[in-house]
Amino acid sequence: MKIEGKQLIWKDYQKEIADDHFFYVRSCVRQNFFPGSEKTFLRILKEDLRKDVFENPSHTTCSGIGYHTDIVPFETTMTIVARQFALMTEAGYENFATSCITSFGLYSEILETWHHFPEVEEKAREFLFKATGRLFRIPKNISHASDIIFKFRKEIAARGKYRLVNKETGQPLRVVEHIGCHYSKMFPSKGIGGAEYPYVLAGMIEEWGGEVIDYPERRHCCGFGFRQYLVQANRGFSVSCSRKKFESMEPYKPEMILTNCPGCPMFLDRWQYTISEMERKTYGENGQGIPVLTYEELAGLVLGFNPWDLGLQVHQVPVEPLLDKIGIPYDPDEKFKGMNGTDLGRPESPTYMKFYSEL
Amino acid sequence: MSELYQILFEDVRFREGLKSCMNCGTCTAICPAAEFYDYQPRRIVDILQTRDNDQIEALLKSETIWYCGECMSCVTRCPRGNAPGLLIQALRALSQERGYFTDSEKGRQQLAIKRTIGKWILEYGYCLYPSEILPEMHPEQGPLWKWEHANIEAVMNRLGANYKGTGPGILRKIPQEALDELQKIFEVTGGTERFEKIEHYSAMKAEEMGLALEDGLDNDYIRFIYTTNSGKHTREDED
Repeated sequence: MKIEGKQLIWKDYQKEIADDHFFYVRSCVRQNFFPGSEKTFLRILKEDLRKDVFENPSHTTCSGIGYHTDIVPFETTMTIVARQFALMTEAGYENFATSCITSFGLYSEILETWHHFPEVEEKAREFLFKATGRLFRIPKNISHASDIIFKFRKEIAARGKYRLVNKETGQPLRVVEHIGCHYSKMFPSKGIGGAEYPYVLAGMIEEWGGEVIDYPERRHCCGFGFRQYLVQANRGFSVSCSRKKFESMEPYKPEMILTNCPGCPMFLDRWQYTISEMERKTYGENGQGIPVLTYEELAGLVLGFNPWDLGLQVHQVPVEPLLDKIGIPYDPDEKFKGMNGTDLGRPESPTYMKFYSEL
Repeated sequence: MSELYQILFEDVRFREGLKSCMNCGTCTAICPAAEFYDYQPRRIVDILQTRDNDQIEALLKSETIWYCGECMSCVTRCPRGNAPGLLIQALRALSQERGYFTDSEKGRQQLAIKRTIGKWILEYGYCLYPSEILPEMHPEQGPLWKWEHANIEAVMNRLGANYKGTGPGILRKIPQEALDELQKIFEVTGGTERFEKIEHYSAMKAEEMGLALEDGLDNDYIRFIYTTNSGKHTREDED
């Protein structure tokens, strides 16, 4: 078939995503702040889609946050990444799946570096062997976890119990998406849709019945900036970036923010709380915040998983308004309970942003 | 070629990041840091292209190189294929190698990052670790995190983590053999040396500033570098 017109243009924005047999590596930020998302990703892949996913407990951080705060040299990070590849090679896998965008960008950067500077790859191999005695093969395919959910978005929709539609009005939910800078700004060919038209989240939203809302600062950084958040004295930078995005999206009245990176949902969630405390300003309806979800959480909701199994209780901005709109049932009394209904108390309410008890 | 330029040129990120800048300023236009700080990536590239040793040394000692958030938005937009973000990484590496980072308020923060992120990488095998993310150091995390932190094991278990457990899973205890390998990788690749230099030059600076610096985070120097903001960094502060 001759490829022409829009198909020809979009050909440059496609990427190959493995179909099965994944060697899975976790995200430091996601494990700390959204553990339910990684749990949900594996549940969907293994139980719903019947895919083979292997995790070696000896894999570690890729050191990406250390690298991008510049305390960890490039040579060190490359060798840690080489060790992850060695664990994959030893397990007999070729498809590498990562839960983290910082890692994903780093893997792309390292492979690109090795491609242009073969002597640097050789040095990384020497370092790894000297430190660990391990050898490795370069993965045949590297996908971010969201690439894999995107690839199977139609299967998820087909199995889904819910659509991203307001059950009262029948209208699609208005969703803004935030991709995360390191997904494709450095290496556009590594991301679905490239850097100009990233489609990884938009494709999920459209397939699951929602409406993607464009807004001027759609591609602006969430403000993590590594050292700009991690050091308290610098956090003004971080909150300013998120605020710029909220101010830009507010006129379009989004009902949800969907995110790709592990860190972005945390910042877009927590900075809404901070801004409400600093400026008494909230960006959602009726004094609420705009719920911020990870793509794994959203896929889990579509599939009908219990919201508290997904981890939606560890969001500072309450998600109940979104659940109510879609018509997803939940037990408010179970929200902050531990295993087997253990009482863990409840978080205090923010001063201005409406919280669970006021909704 | 000047001495400092020559050293920078040995960093592959520098060679990838600096092709030939025509000073169009597109990187500055797209840069989130340039919007907030008194910062222009265009100016950084401009200085580097001079290859002037004195100017590069001043840059390595400046606040300027620590303003970038390494989002790499500049990489997408440069019409000449430069990557100012990569140049920043090369400059920061050299600034720490030479000890110049302690000359600036923002540069001095590297010790706080080394004693948190750096420590956790080697101690736990993770860049972040929930019990270490103290609510008092993170008021922006709000009452939710305060509650979660106080109940961290129970919340992690409820959400399916294998917190501190053996075998695979979320926040599992990474086996000691793996942590030993990580430590060894740091030793053979220069990671340990980088950490030692950050400590060494910071100790000299703490003495010069008359601030106590002991191990860990509970000391005057760390508190000072972690929280001090002179207010002389942002665009609004310009005359």
